[in-house]
Amino acid sequence: MIKTEKLYKKYGTLEALKSLNIEIKSNRLTYIVGPNGSGKTTFIKTILGLVKPTSGNLFVDGVKLNGTYRYREKIGYMPQIASFPENLSVKEVLNLLKEIRSENVNYDEELIRLLKLEKEYEKRIKNLSGGTKQKLNAVIAFLFDPPVLILDEPSAGLDPVSSSILKDKILREKKAGKTILFTSHILSELEELAEEIIFLLEGSVCFSGGKDELILLTGERNLERAIANLMMGQKI
Amino acid sequence: MNALKFIIKYQIHDTLRSKWLIIYTLFFAAISYGLLSFTNESSKVILSLLNINMIIIPLASLVFGTIYLYNNSDYIILILSQPINRKTLYLGMYLGLSFPMALSFLIGTGLPVLLFIRNFKEAGPVLFNLFLGGVFETFIFVSISFLIATLNENKMKGLGLSIFLWMFFSALYDGLILITLQIFRDYPLEIPSLVFTILNPVDLSRLLVILKFDISALMGYTGAVFTQFLGGGVGFAVSILSLLLWSTLPLMFGLRSFSKKDF
Repeated sequence: MIKTEKLYKKYGTLEALKSLNIEIKSNRLTYIVGPNGSGKTTFIKTILGLVKPTSGNLFVDGVKLNGTYRYREKIGYMPQIASFPENLSVKEVLNLLKEIRSENVNYDEELIRLLKLEKEYEKRIKNLSGGTKQKLNAVIAFLFDPPVLILDEPSAGLDPVSSSILKDKILREKKAGKTILFTSHILSELEELAEEIIFLLEGSVCFSGGKDELILLTGERNLERAIANLMMGQKI
Repeated sequence: MNALKFIIKYQIHDTLRSKWLIIYTLFFAAISYGLLSFTNESSKVILSLLNINMIIIPLASLVFGTIYLYNNSDYIILILSQPINRKTLYLGMYLGLSFPMALSFLIGTGLPVLLFIRNFKEAGPVLFNLFLGGVFETFIFVSISFLIATLNENKMKGLGLSIFLWMFFSALYDGLILITLQIFRDYPLEIPSLVFTILNPVDLSRLLVILKFDISALMGYTGAVFTQFLGGGVGFAVSILSLLLWSTLPLMFGLRSFSKKDF
């Protein structure tokens, strides 16, 4: 679904991504993990076209990215933090996005109901709490029923109830055959959700493969410990 | 094209609701109403309005434009993760800010003028050029501010640059020209001073108004050249063309660097 060839990105003198060769499989739940500053967000942003790679190629569903934007119809993105135009209401923000993606009219509004966002519809964005904004973010990622979902720290800022609603939603979408890519610092989440793991360290791929494979390689009991060991610098 | 329309629509919606735009409109209304109540002489009113506009519009456009782009950086990321062209978003935000700002200038200055319209019987063309100049200033300086904000990641640096540019065009520039003219006073300076004027959008829109007055004779030697050159049909066309260039060039550079930028 998503493939990179020698993807390289340099900010000034800082090498954020060092020649990544990654393949993210269709219909799988891939978890990108790595310590802070390992290039997770930069990698996600290159897929979305927000960051332009210095060299190398990136393909989404067979389409090579170089200034194209149509391919983003297939992607739903939930950023770590998002803010919207302060003076618009929740409803207006949703309508704006619906108008931008007017080709797609099969809306998935299940999360609006589950997260009880209807009652916030008329509120202006500037009057929303951080958690409610994050809920809106989640709703937007799923709204257009896209085949690819990219979730950057989906449970950060959400209360436990909303967080588990979102987790259930992610599992349902996985069963429905979506390709899901996500990052998280809550290690217990992976145990339940992840199938494939990509471990990034200082801009390079340190491990890429199935969940069980990683546990086997590190010789640990579960994924949480395996990841923790990798972060502490265990070589595999 | 559809996406552009929607972006503009929502930006205008957002901009129209913000408080500073109302304050901006009221400011113009208060100034022009005040001036009009003081005197019946339309030329005095127009010249005072011109001087105030040429200071306030560039300042407000530069500062608002820069802050606007910085404040909306997360919104930009949200929209850019949708299937939309970067150029469409940039253009949409530019028009979505420039239109309401130009409109609030027109309403703020225009309504009081309409109230006192009997004072302006013979001043129709001058008045038209005054409004035209103000609208041009808005579009020019918003496009420059967008370029500054796109090129500078650092908010303080961007804002500082905007304020410096405002000071440069509205005060420093004229001083530099005077010094240059003084140093080279033994040479014919008509053409260079014409070029200098074209290179400053504030001077250019000021000239649009001043040349419609008979006071251009007061500007002395170079004033005569200006009237001769810029006062006629060709001169007017050249000034409009330069103003158009001033509003499109920064916009084009801005579009180019916005398309290449990392978010």
